[in-house]
Amino acid sequence: MPWTKIQADDSHTPVFFGGDERAREITYRNAIREALSQALMTDRNVFLIGEGIDDPGGVFGTTAGLKETFGDERVMDCAIAENGLTGVAIGAAIAGMRPVFVHMRVDFLPMCMDQIINHAAKWSYMTGGKVKVPLTIRAIIGRGWGSAAQHSQSLQALFAHIPGLKVIMPASPYDAKGLLLGSIAGDSPTICIEHRWLYDQKEEVPETPYMIHAGKGLVRRQGKDISIISTSYMVYESLRAASELEKEGISAEVVDLRSVLPMDEELIISSVMKTGRLIVADTGVSVCGVASEVAAIAAEQAFDSLKAPVRRICLPMTPTPASHVLERAYYPDHTAIVRAAREMTA
Amino acid sequence: MKHMTRATIPDDTLKELYAVMLTIRLFEDRTCARYAEQEMKCPVHLCIGQEAIAAGVCAHLKREDYIFSTHRSHGHCIAKGMDLKSIAAELYGRSTGCSRGKGGSMHLADPGHGIPGTTAIVGGCIPLAAGAALASKMKGDGRVSVAFFGDGAADEGVFLESLNFASLKKLPVVFVCENNFYATNSPQSARQPAVRIADRASGFGIPGVHADGNDVIRVFRTAAEAIARAREGEGPTLLEYTTYRWKAHVGPNSDIEAGFRPAEQHEEWMKRCPVEMYEQRLEQQGVLSAQERKAIFGRIEKQIDEAMDFARTSPFPKPGELFDDVY
Ligand SMILES: Cc1ncc(C[n+]2csc(CCOP(=O)(O)OP(=O)(O)O)c2C)c(N)n1
Ligand SMILES: [Mg+2]
Repeated sequence: MPWTKIQADDSHTPVFFGGDERAREITYRNAIREALSQALMTDRNVFLIGEGIDDPGGVFGTTAGLKETFGDERVMDCAIAENGLTGVAIGAAIAGMRPVFVHMRVDFLPMCMDQIINHAAKWSYMTGGKVKVPLTIRAIIGRGWGSAAQHSQSLQALFAHIPGLKVIMPASPYDAKGLLLGSIAGDSPTICIEHRWLYDQKEEVPETPYMIHAGKGLVRRQGKDISIISTSYMVYESLRAASELEKEGISAEVVDLRSVLPMDEELIISSVMKTGRLIVADTGVSVCGVASEVAAIAAEQAFDSLKAPVRRICLPMTPTPASHVLERAYYPDHTAIVRAAREMTA
Repeated sequence: MKHMTRATIPDDTLKELYAVMLTIRLFEDRTCARYAEQEMKCPVHLCIGQEAIAAGVCAHLKREDYIFSTHRSHGHCIAKGMDLKSIAAELYGRSTGCSRGKGGSMHLADPGHGIPGTTAIVGGCIPLAAGAALASKMKGDGRVSVAFFGDGAADEGVFLESLNFASLKKLPVVFVCENNFYATNSPQSARQPAVRIADRASGFGIPGVHADGNDVIRVFRTAAEAIARAREGEGPTLLEYTTYRWKAHVGPNSDIEAGFRPAEQHEEWMKRCPVEMYEQRLEQQGVLSAQERKAIFGRIEKQIDEAMDFARTSPFPKPGELFDDVY
């Protein structure tokens, strides 16, 4: 198995295999497609499954053409039967396969909670580490155009609450490819949460396969007055906020968590110790959310550095409304971050 | 009601069935026409081609009977008597919409007409209908519940779990599967072995009936029996109606040109338009004159005009309403 030859590396630098690190600018969707395609090519045990996965649209383009290349046994359309089929994927993973289960929306994951939480997450531990579940689950956060309450949820915190799972939230094409390949090659059940609004983002991405391991965040922009620690699409709102703040003489550091379980505590602490102020911007709700965990880490381990109360810029505690007028009121953007930063530095 | 299976159907009922089907068709057509203006800012899952099922089933339901439906619910809600204005306003995201702009096209609701809500989670409505039927049985209120769902939903665990429970408790519920052969763009053959969905009922000891879902009279007669059975306390029935969705899974366009489904298949089904076939039949039987038909058409178009005008001139919700109705 080619994957097993790769040394796991926990440093910030991705693990390349293949040597040729030539990069081209590609979109987030194509970075995902490339990762899946290379995983299928490199390891015969990898297969993809999901309702509509071989659809001409190809799950927003991320699986387009893969069935044509790899056949319908390895790129498998399936019944709408999420819980049972998640169990099937877990069973296949236990027996040596490396399945990737693809869901059009995060909102369909609650259907699979039993198999993910009670089975996939616990199997390694319950077997004393003897049996692993190398399963990757991709799910997409929808937003806008009246997606409403059941087609736009950001449920990363539900999974980040479960020992035994990994939860990655790539914000950039480079990370999407590397984190996905790292997850598929890894031995732990991993939930990859993607945001629909990231799919057209472009970045230089090496063509050769490489892996990024879950658990390391990244400083996307250096700053000294305030740390904005963010996830997924909120990384972009945070960067926009940082540019605005710069004009006002506030130097904001933007940290992209990349993975919410495990969470890069070290990076959170070092950034907060440097700036003394913390805003957390997550795509989910604040209550018992990823942002709460970041705030708790800062409170527990960088308390003395804090010069102002921590602020969370997250979704309000309501389901998603349909009307665009209410959608506008619902989603916080960079202006909310800017306002919070101003208040905190005033 | 059992006699309905063979008895002649009164002319008024025949005409009413036609009017309901036509209302659904024209409402969906209008939605298509208006959608390009980008003022209905929500995904719409249209049921053009599938109207006969909603009309034929709901014809037997009383106002207080319950229906539970899916992402593709416009037709069911119209057939159950919901006001077109409140549907249109919901599509337009207005505060006068049936769900006050919170739900959009995928979450129409009207408790006053026995529509407690519709869900966009595939299969989600099936146990809800069984649960409402359980309540009716416990209260002895005589209501019947109907779950409408697609062929795709029949693979969800909750479908089989619900059939089991409903059969065991002899609940007054009818499971109506609209088999349009596709779930988004997945053909049935990629998802299910080639066995009739209706046959799954036998595993639970309840009747499973398959019929042509584009023939409104067949739907009307088979549904009559199932609903009468439920009402008389004899338990649930699974009805499977084959039909075809004319538009894309979501949105007003056709997906045939894009190669999502075979063009020949689409054309075959277009020839079996449920509305046109029924129109011809009524004309041949002398039940509906051309003049009457025109009058019905005009009346419905006017209702739809009014509904759309009402929606477009209605106020949007106020941003603060975001926080209302969470509990
Ligand atoms: C639990 C769940 N899984 C997946 C989806 C995405 N999805 C929405 S509609 C649909 C197809 C449903 O097919 P079917 O039940 O046959 O109904 P139809 O659209 O044909 O009316 C799918 C897969 C969903 N909404 N909910
Ligand atoms: Mg279907």
